[in-house]
Formats: sequence, C-alpha cells, structure tokens
Amino acid sequence: MKTVCVVGASLAGLLTARALRGQGYAGRLVVIGEETHRPYDRPPLSKDYLKGVIGEADLALEGDGEDPAIEWRLGVAATGLDAAARRITLSDGTSIAADGIVIATGAAARRLPGTEGLRGVHTLRTLDDARALRGDLETAGRLVVIGGGFIGAEVAATARELGLDVTLVESGEAPLAGVVGLTMAHALAELHEKRGVRLIRGAYVTEVTGTGRADGVRLADGTHLPADVVVVGIGATPSTGWLEGSGVELGDGVVCDEGGGTSVPGIVAVGDCAAWFDPALGRHHRIEHWTGARQRATVAAATLLSGGTARPEPARPAYFWSDQFDVKIQFIGHARDADTVTVEEGDPAHNSFLAVYRQGDRPVAVLGVNQVRLFTRWRRHLETAPAQTG
Amino acid sequence: MIPACPLASLPRGEALRLDVDPPIAVFHTDDGDIFAIDDTCTHQDASLADGWLEGCEIECPLHASRFDLRTGQVDAPPAKRPVRTHRVVVEDGVICVVPSDAPPNLPPGVTLKGQA
Ligand SMILES: Cc1cc2nc3c(=O)[nH]c(=O)nc-3n(C[C@H](O)[C@H](O)[C@H](O)COP(=O)(O)OP(=O)(O)OC[C@H]3O[C@@H](n4cnc5c(N)ncnc54)[C@H](O)[C@@H]3O)c2cc1C
Ligand code: FES
Repeated sequence: MKTVCVVGASLAGLLTARALRGQGYAGRLVVIGEETHRPYDRPPLSKDYLKGVIGEADLALEGDGEDPAIEWRLGVAATGLDAAARRITLSDGTSIAADGIVIATGAAARRLPGTEGLRGVHTLRTLDDARALRGDLETAGRLVVIGGGFIGAEVAATARELGLDVTLVESGEAPLAGVVGLTMAHALAELHEKRGVRLIRGAYVTEVTGTGRADGVRLADGTHLPADVVVVGIGATPSTGWLEGSGVELGDGVVCDEGGGTSVPGIVAVGDCAAWFDPALGRHHRIEHWTGARQRATVAAATLLSGGTARPEPARPAYFWSDQFDVKIQFIGHARDADTVTVEEGDPAHNSFLAVYRQGDRPVAVLGVNQVRLFTRWRRHLETAPAQTG
Repeated sequence: MIPACPLASLPRGEALRLDVDPPIAVFHTDDGDIFAIDDTCTHQDASLADGWLEGCEIECPLHASRFDLRTGQVDAPPAKRPVRTHRVVVEDGVICVVPSDAPPNLPPGVTLKGQA
C-alpha cells in the first residue's frame, strides 16, 4: 500500500492512523477532517470543559512532540466515494485516490425539527458547539434539557453545578433507562433530583417557543417551561451521508465484519460511524463510546494492512463512563440481556454502589457508581471471561 | 525515604496507596518486581492504585490509558504525559520509596495540597 486515507480527524481516525504506523505502515498517510481543529477529546465537552475547569489546550488528543508523519487535510469534508476506484471527492472540489481507506466520520447530533435559526437552542457534539453553549450559559438563569441520554444528563449536572435552574425533560420513565435498565435508571435519576435538577418524565416536547431567540419549551400536555437556553440531547446519527450510493454497505452506520472490514475490500470503518458484527450478540452493533473506538482502532488497522486476513481477538464487552456531579458512573456489558440486577456493594441512597446484571447465573453487565476499584475488578472479570456466542 | 509496608503484606498483583502529597502508588507485579509511581493519573483525578495491573503496566481505572511502571511512559490517549516514577528499596523486609525530586505531572485542576 502506497497511500492510506483516513476520513475523520477525531478519536477513531487518529488512533487508527497511529496504529497503522505502529504496525509498520510506512507509506503516505492522509487524514481528512471536516472540522478545522486537530483531534480533540469530546467527553470533557459536557463536563470539565463546559464547567470551565479545563481549557481547550487540555482537550488535545495528540501528545507533545508526537509525529506519526500524517498529512492533515483539515477543514475539508469528504463528499463522495467511488468505492471501486477508491477515490474520495472533497468539499474543496479536489479528490484523492488511495489504496486503503479508513472511514472514521463518527456521528452528528440529532436536531429538533423546527428549531433551526432559533438562537439559544444548542446541540453538543463539537468543540464549536461547546464554545457556543459555554458562552450562552454564562448569562443564562434557566436551562431546559430535552432528552435524558448521557449528554443530556451530563449537561444538566454541569449546568446545575454552575448554579443554573435546570429542568430535564425525558420521554421515557427515567433518563438512561435504555442503557442501564429501569431499576438502576431510577437510582441515577434520584441523584439528579437530590441535587436540584427538576426531572419531567414521560413527557414529549412539541415545540421550542420564542421568536429569534428561544424563551421556553412546550410539552404535549400544554405545559410551558420557560428557558433562557435549551439543550437538545436526543442522540446522534452516524455521519455516513457522503457514502450513499458508493457501494459501501450502510445500515445503522457502516456495516462491518468483526474486524472492521466493510463490504468493499481495502476499506475499513471504525468508531461511532461503524456497526461491527459482534459475535457475542450475534448481530451488528454500533458502539458510541470512547473505549470502543480505542480498542477497535488497532483491529481495524490490522484488518486493512493484512487485506482482511488478520484474525481479530474476540471483542471485549463495551465499557463506558460518565461523570455527573461528584459521581463517577462506569458501565460494562449489555443490561438488556439480563434477567436480574442486584446491588452487591454500597447503597444507591448514598451515591456509592455497584450493581451486577445477570442472565441466569452469568454476569452480563456491571454498573459502578463511585466504586472505581471494585468496578475495575469486575471489568477485568467480564473482559477476560470466555466469550459466549449465540 | 518513605517506609511503605512490610514486603510480606503486599502480595503479588496488589497495589498500595501512600497518602503523601501527592499520593504515591506502590505495585507488586506478578513477576515479583516492586515499583512506585505517582498515584494520580496524568489525565484526570483517578487513583492508579485502583487500576488494572498487567505485567509491568498499570491501566488507569477510568479511561484505560496504560502507564509503564518502569519508565512512567503512557501508551495512548486520553492521558498524554508520563507519570512520575519513584525509586523503591527493600530494607529489612520493608518496602521503602525514595521520592523523586522531579516535578509531578498532575492532571489539570489537581494541585498539591500545600498549594491548593
Ligand atoms: C459531549 C460528549 C460527551 C461524551 N462523553 C463520553 C463519555 O463520558 N464516555 C464515553 O465513553 N464516551 C463519551 N462520548 C462519546 C465519544 O466521544 C465518542 O464515542 C468518540 O468521540 C467517537 O470517536 P469517532 O472518532 O468515532 O467520532 P467523532 O469523535 O464524532 O469524530 C468524527 C470526526 O469526523 C468528522 N467528519 C464527519 N463527517 C466527515 C466528512 N464527510 N469528511 C471529513 N470529516 C468528517 C467530524 O467532523 C469529526 O471530527 C461523548 C461524546 C460527546 C459528544
Ligand atoms: S483519568 Fe486516567 S486515563 Fe483518564
């Protein structure tokens, strides 16, 4: 291979580029990124960066003096792909042909239809989003967060710590229920309510009100929640629009085998944009967490360099973390596979506990809340347990 | 030199945190080597003694950057800076740490107690 082109200059793209070098690839390495920034870390955007505890320099993902000989093309987006010729067209009108392509375009925040052009309404995915939100929160008194996923829950917590009046509107029974299951989601919801977040459950937003600038949120039952700032946290969709019609198979993201190979030889996909086949689950699954990108970058690089013959190690179960208030939340596995969940250490009422999810006798997921040491042991246990297939 | 604990009370595969400022973590590897490093991850405020020890590497319990206990070097983000290492001596069956006089690489937002 003489030229490898990585599309997407963030976590998955940078780590795969590095892994390619680490695995001996010495050819030309081009990284294309739509954002003008060098790769930066997103998790702090809803936490310490938003709170003002850390600055932009702290977000950089590259180490000092690191130089994996990358040709950066920042501020240009890939707009199309001719998969057979492995040629990528770019937003500046040029194109680039490569022997190997890494698709790492991540995901983009879903927007609430009808809020376009209304000031004071934010989504949070990029550094530019975070700068804008941080600026707006400085003068705001009331925040309404729509959607109780991780980003919504984290923004609510951070804004509360900044002293704002915060309302979180969740359409389900409790925030994060889809990930941690209902029982534990109730425990985490309580954590928010105890710290003064007003939680509205089972509510649908029909409209963000205001002319020119948002002044509130209207719910389906007619309730009007006044707001100076509105954050929409209703999930993210894989950024794969540029691949439509390219011949690369798309589903919920780029459809990949268990090594990251796409339907087209010489093209791999990794990170939030990619749905790898997960043998333990028996289906394709898109992981939208930091460690997913990190673990899979090495595998994707090996798949690309070996032409797909490298045999990946069995995938580790997905692990992620979230920081909300003074609480460190850690989770590994799949709660939906579980029949039972038991608190095995601590007490949810005291913001420190560990819960184990089991299918029959077999642990399938673990939730840790301020239980870092014990959680690490459980994580090790789940990661090293022989993978069960089928 | 800071006495940590009797060698016999730190089994292989285990770690110990010393509540000095900044805290120091002492590890006894599966191969029987003993290492000491600053306990606080260089990325954020995590205790490396709570991490996952594998060979001569400790994986941060929060975001999984791995530090080489011999050199302090980090393998991959999110941590970018090495962790400070300390010399260890075992005297009369007691593990002792000789604190480094190099400046620590504390994460942003974490300061020495004396300077807080
Ligand atoms: C606010 C926030 C908080 C988070 N907190 C946590 C957390 O606490 N724990 C956790 O585990 N995970 C967290 N995550 C998730 C984690 O950040 C993602 O899993 C990770 O960023 C995925 O990396 P990626 O490189 O696949 O995608 P991304 O980081 O989304 O990067 C994709 C890049 O590709 C670029 N791109 C898109 N389309 C094109 C195109 N056509 N051409 C060129 N470039 C393109 C984008 O501009 C972007 O820079 C958080 C995410 C956000 C947004
Ligand atoms: S706190 Fe150690 S890697 Fe983040």
